[in-house]
Amino acid sequence: MQDDLVARVTSNPKYQELKSKRHTFGWTLTFLMMFAYYGFILLVAFNKPLLASKIGSGVITLGMPLGIGVILFTIIITNIYVRRANSEFDDLTSQVIKAAAK
Amino acid sequence: MTKLFNPKGALALLSLLTLSAGAYAAGADLGQATKQPTNWTAIVMFGAFVLATLWITKWAAAKTKSAADFYTAGGGITGFQNGLAIAGDYMSAASFLGISGLVFANGFDGLIFSIGWLVGWPIITFLMAERLRNLGKFTFADVAGYRFAQTPIRVFAASGSLVVVAFYMIAQMVGAGQLIKLLFGMEYLYAEILVGTIMMMYVLFGGMTATTWVQIIKACMLLGGATFMAGAVLMQFGFSPEAMFVKAIEVHSKKDAIMAPGALIKDPISAISVGMALMFGTAGLPHILMRFFTVPSAKEARKSVGWATTWIGYFYILTFIIGFGAITNLIPNPTDYFVGGDITKGLNGGGNMAAVHLSKAVGGNLFMGFISAVAFATILAVVAGLTLSGASAVSHDLYASVWRKGRVDQADELRVSKITTVALGVIAVTLGIAFEKENVAYMVMLAFVIAASANFPVLFMSVLWKDCTTKGAVTGGFVGLIMAVVLTIGSASVWEAVMLYPKGSAWFPYNSAAIFSIPAAFITIWLVSLMDRGERAVIDRAGYPAQEVRSETGIGSSSASGH
Repeated sequence: MQDDLVARVTSNPKYQELKSKRHTFGWTLTFLMMFAYYGFILLVAFNKPLLASKIGSGVITLGMPLGIGVILFTIIITNIYVRRANSEFDDLTSQVIKAAAK
Repeated sequence: MTKLFNPKGALALLSLLTLSAGAYAAGADLGQATKQPTNWTAIVMFGAFVLATLWITKWAAAKTKSAADFYTAGGGITGFQNGLAIAGDYMSAASFLGISGLVFANGFDGLIFSIGWLVGWPIITFLMAERLRNLGKFTFADVAGYRFAQTPIRVFAASGSLVVVAFYMIAQMVGAGQLIKLLFGMEYLYAEILVGTIMMMYVLFGGMTATTWVQIIKACMLLGGATFMAGAVLMQFGFSPEAMFVKAIEVHSKKDAIMAPGALIKDPISAISVGMALMFGTAGLPHILMRFFTVPSAKEARKSVGWATTWIGYFYILTFIIGFGAITNLIPNPTDYFVGGDITKGLNGGGNMAAVHLSKAVGGNLFMGFISAVAFATILAVVAGLTLSGASAVSHDLYASVWRKGRVDQADELRVSKITTVALGVIAVTLGIAFEKENVAYMVMLAFVIAASANFPVLFMSVLWKDCTTKGAVTGGFVGLIMAVVLTIGSASVWEAVMLYPKGSAWFPYNSAAIFSIPAAFITIWLVSLMDRGERAVIDRAGYPAQEVRSETGIGSSSASGH
């Protein structure tokens, strides 16, 4: 890639906006995911009785909805990122590419 | 034995598992199996699958002309298709049969285990997927070595890929042989040769196009079959999970202990370490990374992981229901499903057969034949994907980039990848036979630990850290690789279970090396890069802005078909 093209892109404020927005969003979601997963594992490691406690009068324990919840959370958070990246970030990207091609 | 995944309690109570406890630490491998009577329904269905996929291979072969066609299907796979193919790569027979078997034996613990296998996907999505697509061409070394000196980084990347592929492959091949004994009643040796031959035909003639479509078909069959089974189970209870759990607690010998975490997680360090290996290892598996180069754009790459995560997560919820379905359907009928009709003697064919027996209980012989065929097709497809990624590491990284310094024409590179495919096929069959009686339980986990400690840190730092240098990346990568292997050898699952040193003599006390080897790799990359004052380091750092522009925007990245 030519140096002038790189300079043109990096000096574009839209490029900086794209980078910082994606950076913030990506890392926030990464930490949320780690919090959910390692939080769950630490609960299993340190507080088994809590997970074994029954919800209401039935046989279903608190661990069940939490465990299934981590799976659903994983699916949802991934698709939230994909949705935003494929609309907002891609719009920004195409503006940056257009400006660079001039 | 292992501290973290230890279903010994279940063994004592129910003797349900023919597997060793270490099997679970290793990713629910299939363990030793006893030969079953010949199952013709399953063989006919599997035959139909093989014929259909070979017909697809013939169609794909006509389209596979260039190196790009061979490695990446010409970049012409859509995000949705690729998502299914990735899910297919990831939903192995071991996870289908192993996790449902684990739920059958222990209940809730099976759920903890399956969650670990899912959580790497968001990380790939948020940090890696689109950047991989923008920077890469055929292999992950294209990405990791974008601005680095080509020879050292490619040698490292090819080593990392081939070691991961080798361990993953042995586990799959041994699993295939055991599974075919169980499901089809066929000899181990024939099973190995059969898997090796069919897999080689897919890759050799159809390249990535055929491999992808085999994965897609298999993923649809597996998801369809599992959905039917889970649906049938829930229907028995009027779609009330509560009613299903009540019945399961009533019949299971562990009673309401199956509703809560049991013996699976004992010490927190092992728990976190295994979690790290699974979470970051997924982002370092060469046969998964390769899939991001088969789509035409970053947008489609993101769609791929979105769909893959959705399907895999859905699949794990199904296996959980299937495991409980097996409890409620099989235990009340010991004469049909247990050895000698005695629950304490375990399931016919071993604990991994829970899902297969359940398929008979809810869908009769025909459906059981279908599920057996799907389980075997699964191994075939995964082995094909592994072989293709191994072949591309040899032909694209070692031969074309290191040996010929990039001065090579496409036809030549393609020829080398085909020769490598045949060689890898022969090696896979040979290793599969050599390891038949060996304990290979630790191998899948080792593959994940190496991927997480060698491939992932190098990829991550080279893409996201501007000061990373060739020297830093290569040194850190090898430190991660060596530590992962050495510490795994010192852990109970190898030291005691494979090398047969006395119990308690293992000098590495945890289940997984990841919690030490991953930070070691990152710190080494960071330190060595910072201290690197060489000429090359200047070039490496100067290359970052251009790399970043391409990785963030896709400007200059390989187009869909041209590459």
